[in-house]
Amino acid sequence: MSLERSDVEKIAHLARLAIDEDKVESYAADLSKILGLVEQMDAIDTEGVVPMAHPLHMSQRLRADEVTETDQREKYQRNAPQVESGLYLVPKVIE
Amino acid sequence: MQWEIVIGLEVHAQLATKSKIFSGAATTFGAEPNSQACSVDLGLPGVLPVLNREVVTMAVQFGRAIEAELGYRSVFARKNYFYPDLPKGYQISQFELPIVGRGDVDIELDDGTIKRVGVTRAHLEEDAGKSLHEEFQDCTGVDLNRAGTPLLEIVSEPDMRSAKEAVAYARKIHQIVQYLGICDGNMQEGSFRCDANVSVRPMGQEALGTRAEVKNLNSFRFLEKAINYEVERQIDVIDGGGKVKQETRLYDAGKNETRSMRSKEEANDYRYFPDPDLLPVEFDEAFVAEVTKDLPEMPDAKRVRLIEQYGLKVTEAVTLISCRTLADYYEAAAESAGDAKLAANWVLGDLLGALNKSCLKIETSPVTPVMLGGMIQRIVDNTISGKIAKQVFEAMWAGEGDADAIIEAKGLKQITDSGAIEKIVDEVIAANPNQAEQFRAGKEKMLGFFVGQVMKQSKGKANPQQVNELLRSKLAPS
Repeated sequence: MSLERSDVEKIAHLARLAIDEDKVESYAADLSKILGLVEQMDAIDTEGVVPMAHPLHMSQRLRADEVTETDQREKYQRNAPQVESGLYLVPKVIE
Repeated sequence: MQWEIVIGLEVHAQLATKSKIFSGAATTFGAEPNSQACSVDLGLPGVLPVLNREVVTMAVQFGRAIEAELGYRSVFARKNYFYPDLPKGYQISQFELPIVGRGDVDIELDDGTIKRVGVTRAHLEEDAGKSLHEEFQDCTGVDLNRAGTPLLEIVSEPDMRSAKEAVAYARKIHQIVQYLGICDGNMQEGSFRCDANVSVRPMGQEALGTRAEVKNLNSFRFLEKAINYEVERQIDVIDGGGKVKQETRLYDAGKNETRSMRSKEEANDYRYFPDPDLLPVEFDEAFVAEVTKDLPEMPDAKRVRLIEQYGLKVTEAVTLISCRTLADYYEAAAESAGDAKLAANWVLGDLLGALNKSCLKIETSPVTPVMLGGMIQRIVDNTISGKIAKQVFEAMWAGEGDADAIIEAKGLKQITDSGAIEKIVDEVIAANPNQAEQFRAGKEKMLGFFVGQVMKQSKGKANPQQVNELLRSKLAPS
């Protein structure tokens, strides 16, 4: 399977990645090679194999329902470019 | 043309845990902005989510309550999209393997028939933060306190055929999660949110019409109004030769209309994949048995029992079970009163009336079930009449003590001493010779006048039955 220019542009848009116009073709080629690898795996007979959700053969550890975090807003907000009244400010999101 | 309405609901129930689904930050509503948003909730680099056991417990309890298949192995997935209130760029949710599978709930329709509505699945996910668009000129403010609050998203089959059915289903789910104590059910605060998938098709057509998803329904009333509006809109579109678009629409309660939420029509492409930060969640029968061994009685079972145990009417039972705390209040009051029917009358009548009037919830009622039961005991043992009881109830409501103290302090004890009543009866008859004559002449309704006079003279304390009997014998034609 090979990707078109438009596929690459769509993927980039969904991931909010800005890509150079002149690199789209090479990305399409590279990504198509990865899909080629997946196609090879697809050819393997997996009848009766349980789909793997995680490479570790373990199940999720659970934690007790306890509040263990204290309010460290001041510290966190020192890393933010813009804050006001305790809120993180971002460029206006228009619906 | 005859149209058939098809509705499916997605309910987001915030699970009533102390801490978040993947972090140890608190979930208290209304805290200072971002004071409950820790590094995991903020999506800072290097953090890892760790699943809250209580969230799994609550989901399993819900699954059992609706007799659903349980996902003994469920997997968390990343749902990818960009919005400032979701700092990671993905929401941790469940996709292919949810924690709760197919189940059913029964709803009661207006004509009393029972309809079964399928629950497709219920899955766990994290809530997003809140964006505040109004407060700033060129910016959006983001409060991430809600980010990471556990949600159980309950998805129904498209089984409902009217706005009323949708409301009945939503109420039923609301009742179940509240009974289980896994969600506080507060719709104003957004702890219980409904989205409706609405479509119409010509009656008899098999294929479903194109659906619109209606959001922002924060009360059952709005849910009903929004669906009715949306159905009308879709029929108008089709009648006008147009096609219904698959889109998300926002309900505006002020204008009672729905409008398209996304200007640019862009198909959702969430590119789900298993979250590598989380291992599959597994539990066994023993875990299920452990967390479901003390499940409270569910609404349907409670309703049947109340009718059988207390001899209540169906309508009484339905109202009483609408909320678990109300049912608990009633049972405590009935026990204390020793007269279940009378207790039902008082709880459903005066108590609910007084609560409504002062906008109080049953939990904060100034009259406790034991106080109400104590007062009813005094009606049953003839210490006070039902009429005087209303006065006692008001005094209890105003915080003047329990029934016995109020009856004592205000001298409201019913006069059952026939000598004392006889004296008043004699006085009233002597003072109203004309009326007595009319009664003797066959004007039966004059009796009411005399009863009224006697009750007035006794300040309502004379036993009405004795008054009636005495008046009849005294006024009898000699």
